[in-house]
Amino acid sequence: MIELRDISFRYDEASAPVLDGVDLLIEEGELVLVSGPTGVGKSTLLGVVTGLVPRFSGGVLSGDVLLDGASVVRAAPRDRAHVVGYVGQDPAAGFVTDTVEEELAYGMEQLGLPPETMRRRVEETLDLLGIAALRDRDLRTLSGGQQQRVAIGAVLTMHPRLLVLDEPTSALDPTAAEEVLATLTRLVHDLGVSVLLAEHRLERVVPFADRMVLLDGSGAVRVGETAELLATSPVVPPIVELGRLAGWHPLPLSVRDARRRARSLTLAAPQPTAEPQPTGVPLLGARALTVVHGRTTALREVDLDLDGGRVTALMGRNGAGKSSLLWALQGSRKRRAGSVDVAGRDPQRLAPADRRAVVGLLPQDAADLLYLETVAEECAAGGPGTRAILASLVPDVPDDAHPRDLSEGQRLALALSLVLAARPQVLLLDEPTRGLDYAAKKVLAATLRRLAAEGHAVLVATHDVEFVAQAADQVVVLAEGEVVSSGPADRVLPESPSFAPQVTKVLGPPWLRVDQVAAALESA
Amino acid sequence: MSATTSGLRSRVEVARLPRDLHPLAWYAWAIGLAAAASSTTNPLVLGLLLAVASLVVVARRSDQPWAASFRLYLWLALLVVVLRVVFRIVFGGTYPGTVLLDLPEVPLPDWVLGVTLLGAVTREGLLGGVYDGLRLATIIVCIGAANALANPKRLLRSVPPALHEVGTALVVAVTVLPQLADSVRRVRAAQQLRAGEQRRVRGLRRVLVPVLEDALERSLALAAGMDARGYGRAPGQTRRERWTTGAFLLLGLGGICVGVYGVLDRTAPRVLAAPVLVLGLVAAVAGLTTAGRRVRRSRYRPDRWRWPELAVLGSGVVVAAVGVWASREQLTIAYPDLTGVPEISLALLVGVLVGAVPALVAPEPVSRTRAVAA
Repeated sequence: MIELRDISFRYDEASAPVLDGVDLLIEEGELVLVSGPTGVGKSTLLGVVTGLVPRFSGGVLSGDVLLDGASVVRAAPRDRAHVVGYVGQDPAAGFVTDTVEEELAYGMEQLGLPPETMRRRVEETLDLLGIAALRDRDLRTLSGGQQQRVAIGAVLTMHPRLLVLDEPTSALDPTAAEEVLATLTRLVHDLGVSVLLAEHRLERVVPFADRMVLLDGSGAVRVGETAELLATSPVVPPIVELGRLAGWHPLPLSVRDARRRARSLTLAAPQPTAEPQPTGVPLLGARALTVVHGRTTALREVDLDLDGGRVTALMGRNGAGKSSLLWALQGSRKRRAGSVDVAGRDPQRLAPADRRAVVGLLPQDAADLLYLETVAEECAAGGPGTRAILASLVPDVPDDAHPRDLSEGQRLALALSLVLAARPQVLLLDEPTRGLDYAAKKVLAATLRRLAAEGHAVLVATHDVEFVAQAADQVVVLAEGEVVSSGPADRVLPESPSFAPQVTKVLGPPWLRVDQVAAALESA
Repeated sequence: MSATTSGLRSRVEVARLPRDLHPLAWYAWAIGLAAAASSTTNPLVLGLLLAVASLVVVARRSDQPWAASFRLYLWLALLVVVLRVVFRIVFGGTYPGTVLLDLPEVPLPDWVLGVTLLGAVTREGLLGGVYDGLRLATIIVCIGAANALANPKRLLRSVPPALHEVGTALVVAVTVLPQLADSVRRVRAAQQLRAGEQRRVRGLRRVLVPVLEDALERSLALAAGMDARGYGRAPGQTRRERWTTGAFLLLGLGGICVGVYGVLDRTAPRVLAAPVLVLGLVAAVAGLTTAGRRVRRSRYRPDRWRWPELAVLGSGVVVAAVGVWASREQLTIAYPDLTGVPEISLALLVGVLVGAVPALVAPEPVSRTRAVAA
C-alpha cells in the first residue's frame, strides 16, 4: 500500500546519514513495529511516511515514497491526511479543540466532509474506541490513556488507511497501555487499517506486531519477522532475553508461548537476596501526609518511611498522586496536614537552597532544570563537584555539547548530577525512565543501586515494571492518593497482575529478572 | 391545525434542551447591557444592571474554566469604584457642596495648573466619584458576564470560512497563554531544585530559557499535528479566481478607508462618505465570499440560531434602546443631581429587567467536566 524506495535522509550535506537506502513496504492491514536504541532515527522514519520530515525537521531527503504506486514524496502532510493518520509522542500537545467530540470532528472539517457523514463517523469512532462516555468532556481533564485513545480516534475519523504512532504507550501506566494496544489490534483485525508504530517498551508491543523494522544506528534498516529479528537485535524485551538464555527456538514473543516452553526448564530456587539491613532510624519519615489541590484530594493520610541504602519504587496509575507525593516530601508543595521529617528537619520550613541539601528531587521534565548553552557551563553553575558527579554517572559526556543535543540518558545524568551536587541524603526521581532505551535504563538502575549502596535513600516514581524489577528493593503502590500496598519488591510485584514483570509472569514468583535466572542456570 | 401547534410547541421546547447558546448571542446581549450602562450614572439603574448580569451568569454559566473568571471581573469592578473614589479625594480639589471632611489643600508648583492635592471632601464630590466608578464597573461586569457565559473559542470559530485559518490561529493563541503560565510555574519549581545564578536579572534567564524552549517545542508539535490532520488543505485555485478575489478585497479595503475618512471629516465631499463606504463594504463581502468558496471545509454541528438566541439578542437590544432613550428623554433620571436622592422611571425599571430574560429562556449549558450519566 505505501512503499519507501531507497530513502536516505541527513540533516545537512556534511553530517552522517540518519537513514541510508531504506526500502520498506507496508501492506494492507498489518502492524509494523519500528524498533532500535534511542536516537537512531525511528521518529525520522515515521516522519518520512507522514511527510513531516523534512518539512518540519529540515534536512535533505532523497528517494521516493509511493502510495498505491503514485509518488507522494513531494506532497505536504496535509495532503496525505486522508490516507496517513499521525499521532505524536505527546497526544495532548496535538489537541486543537476543547472537547472530545470536537476533536474527533476537527480532521473531517478540514477534509470538508458533509455534516451527516461527520456525525455518523464521530459516533462510530466513539464506540470503536470505547470513549462514548467521554464525548462532552474537556480534553484536559482526561487521563493519559484516555487522551491517547482520543488522539487515535481524532485521526481515525478521517478513515486513513495507515496509522502512524510515535511511542503511543511510553507515558502510560501498564493498564492504560494495554487498553491502547488492544484498541490498535482491533483496528488492524476488524478494519484492516495498517499500523506503523515506534516504541521503546518492546515488552508491551512485541506480541501484537506482525513484522518489525530494526534500526541499528548505521542508517540501514532490517525488515523481517519479529521473532527472527529479535534473535540478534540489540534491544529486546525480557521475555526474549529469557528465551535466548534458555536456548529456545523460535523465540517466544508472548507470555503464553514462553510459559509453555518454560515447563521444560528446571531451576533451583533463587538465593534469597540479602536484605539490606535498615539503619534503624529511617532517613525520611512522613506521617499522615495530606495534599489537596482545589477540590481534589491528591494525597490522603499517607505514611511513608525511606531507609538509607534502599531503592523504593513508587507505582500506581496515572493521576494516583505519585508526583504530588514527591513534591510534598521535597517540601515545595504545601501539605494540608501531616508531617515530614528528614533527620529532625522539616523540608517545608527550609529555604530552597537548604532544602535541596536535605532532599533532592529530579522532576519529570529533566530539561526544566537546564538553562545554559554547554555542559561545562551547567556544571559550573551547579556548584563544585558537579562535573565529578557527572563523570561518575556517565563517563563520556563532552564538555562543549549543548545540553539539548545530548541523548536522553546523558541529559538525565546531567540533571541528576545538578541535583546531587547539593549532597542530599534523600533522592526522589519522577518518571526518570521516559524515553530511555533498555541500555540507558540499565545504566540508570545501576546508578540508583550505587547511590543506595553509598547510603542514600532513593524513591523513584515510575510506570516501568521491568525497571522496578531491576532497580528497587521496596515497592509502594498508590491509588487515589492512598497507599494500597507496600513491601519488598519480590513480594509486591508478583501479587498484582498489572505490575508483574514478564519473567514473573512466565516462571512465577519469586523470579523477577533475567539475571536471576542466568545465575540459577549457571549454578545448576 | 392542532398537529401544527403541537409540532411548534415541541420545536419550541427542543430549542431549550441543555446545549450551549450561540456565543454571538451572549456577546450581543452583554454589549446591549454595557451600552445602557454607559448612557447613565443613576446608581439605581447601574445596580439593577449589575444584578441582572450576575443573575444571568449564575443561572446559565457552564462548569468550564472560563466561567470561573466572572468572580475576577467582580473584583476588578470593585477595585475600579474604590480607585475612582480615592482619586476624587486625592486629586478632586474642592467640589461645591456639603463638606464632610476638611483636609488641608497641598500647594503644588505652578506648572501643574489645574491639579490640586487633597482639599475639602464634599458629599457631592464623593457621590460623583461613586457614580462614575459604578458606571465603568458595570460595563466591566457586563463584558465579564459575556466571557463567563460564552466560550471565547467557539466565538472565534464562528468566523466566515475565508478567515478560518486566521480564526484557528487565534484559537491556538488563546490556548497557549494558560499553558505558558503552567510552564512558568513548573520551571520555577524545577529551578529551585538545583544551584545556579542567584541575581535577579541573570536569574530571570533560568526561567525564561526553559519556558521558551518548551513553548517552541510545543508549538512545533502542535503545528506538525495540525498539518498532519489536514489544516490548511486547499485545492488549487485558478489564476482568474485568485485575481477576482484579490481585486475585490483590495477594492473593499480602499473603499472602507476612504468611506470612513469621508464620514469622519465633515469638510470632505459627501460623495466620498456613505456611498463609498457602502461600496467598500459590498466589495469586501464579495471578496470574502469568493475567497471562502476556495476553502473546502465543513462545520461539525455548528451553533444554530434558534429562538432562544433571538430572545437573548433581543433582550440586549431592548435594554440598550431603553437606556439610550432615557439618556435623551429622561435626563434628570439618567444623570441624577448629586444633591438629591436618585429616582428611577417605570420605563427604565422594566427596560433593564428585560435584560434578565436570558436567565429564563436560554437553555441550560451542557456539563463538560463530569461524566454524563447514562
